[in-house]
Amino acid sequence: MTLLTLSDLSVTLRNRPVLDGITLSVSEGEFVGLIGPNGAGKTTLMRAALGLVPCAGHSSLAALSPAARAKQAAWMPQAREIAWPVSVETLVSLGRLPHGGGTEADAAAIEDALAQMQLSPLRARTATRLSGGEQARALIARALAQECPLLLADEPVAGLDPAHQIATMQVFARLAAEGRGVVTSLHDLGLAARHCTRLVLLAHGRILADGTPAEVLTPARMAEAFGVSIYHAETEDGPVFLPMGVLG
Amino acid sequence: MKKAFAVLLPLVALLALASLVIGPADIGPLAALKALVAGGDGPLPLVMREIRLPRMLLAILIGGSLGLAGAAMQGYLRNPLAEPGLIGISGSAALGAVIAIQTGLSAAFALALPLMALAGAVGAVLLLVLLAGPRGGSLTLILAGIAVSAMASALTSLVLNLSPSPYAAGEIVFWMMGSLADRSMVHVWLAAPFMAAGALLLARTGRGLDALTLGEDAAGAMGVHLTRLRLALVLGTACVVGAGTAVAGAIGFVGLVVPHLLRPVVGARPSALLWTSAAGGAALLLAADIAVRVVMPDRDLKLGVVTALVGAPLFLHLIWKTRGEQA
Repeated sequence: MTLLTLSDLSVTLRNRPVLDGITLSVSEGEFVGLIGPNGAGKTTLMRAALGLVPCAGHSSLAALSPAARAKQAAWMPQAREIAWPVSVETLVSLGRLPHGGGTEADAAAIEDALAQMQLSPLRARTATRLSGGEQARALIARALAQECPLLLADEPVAGLDPAHQIATMQVFARLAAEGRGVVTSLHDLGLAARHCTRLVLLAHGRILADGTPAEVLTPARMAEAFGVSIYHAETEDGPVFLPMGVLG
Repeated sequence: MKKAFAVLLPLVALLALASLVIGPADIGPLAALKALVAGGDGPLPLVMREIRLPRMLLAILIGGSLGLAGAAMQGYLRNPLAEPGLIGISGSAALGAVIAIQTGLSAAFALALPLMALAGAVGAVLLLVLLAGPRGGSLTLILAGIAVSAMASALTSLVLNLSPSPYAAGEIVFWMMGSLADRSMVHVWLAAPFMAAGALLLARTGRGLDALTLGEDAAGAMGVHLTRLRLALVLGTACVVGAGTAVAGAIGFVGLVVPHLLRPVVGARPSALLWTSAAGGAALLLAADIAVRVVMPDRDLKLGVVTALVGAPLFLHLIWKTRGEQA
């Protein structure tokens, strides 16, 4: 079943075309990595899909009512905003707002999200006093607690230590394996190659490539999109992709 | 949150009782309360029912309103320095009242002053909604609020500037300091419906304010209708603060200090802070209004002066604490 369908989606901000005719669909079981250079339109693509920026074309999520959409898709923005010194547990519980909150199912979802992001020891700490990486994990847990069929996350692993980067990618991969859909933007091509089931390469507001990591991460495409050369090897533990140098 | 109420509600009740039995008329506490409840002949029931009761009720209503609106405003703007006066409602209500005093309308017809003040608040809301536009976030609201505030304060100064008699100017200045002295049950009945409507609007913003802890984008994606939330905030604040200013003048610092003080008590959750802050505001204003009567009973000390005198040091203390945490 498809969780998200975008057809011919275009966004123009301040007379500047940011996205141009994006057609994309995400199905259950897919962990989609959205890659592309800075300014390629990754964030705008996800925000437009959610109906947070005005756009031309059709998005199945934006067409829903705000309340229905909040049960269909969870969104973790790139700006890690925590306005008030609430406890980590309270922060995570905010993810239950679309469901009403206060029931046993809500409590279970919060526990589950805290455990998945390894936040149980930090649950009583004040969220604003945590380190940047810990705050990011708390915000990911908040999005997980929303328990939506689709999760959209904007650079969720940026700023996390290697162990938590891998653990977070594994959490997302597990969600996809359980039949949900995950779309995340990220810059770490190695993590993207190892954990995502599918990569969408975005450049200049268009989709340059869409397919399995091996199909997308070709030297030619990496040179075209990022201007870098790439090292690729297959190891016992899976593929290794590493940007090596900037091309002339 | 329950723990905070367990302390605050008895405190409000105690202060309300104290407010009823303290006054310039030398009446024993028991006799005063008996006269209030049972009535009877003579001046005593009249003093209790027409002077002290409305004063106590207005302190609760206005203090509660300021606390509630302050908590909502800080929650919406995600800024602990926000206060209900920020969006220009109280300034515009004051302008309406000042015009009523200046033109002599308030001398001719007692309710002209609060009614003109309410009209000023309504005008401010219309201007705010127009300026802030149908879309857009909190920033446009702050900018629109600053514009409305500045305009109202400039016009108030103009009225004072052009005032032909020093007596009218003096009356205006004293009125603007804020006071609950010599208010009647008519004032209570005038303010209460607006405050009830406004409180209802503000109380319903709790979920949206909680979601805004994560920023406007995340809140929008969690099903919060941001434009509707902002409208509820502006209308609710206008109702409670406009009505409060109309009957008591401008009373500062309560809406700023009370939410700030009580935030740690409720674990900083914006929705929990709303009613806690309302109870705290009621307690603070009751206490300040008692202080006005006790400290200088024969000098007609103004309530707004006392809240500022109490509020500023409290605020300095908070700054000191914040600095300590950052160091």
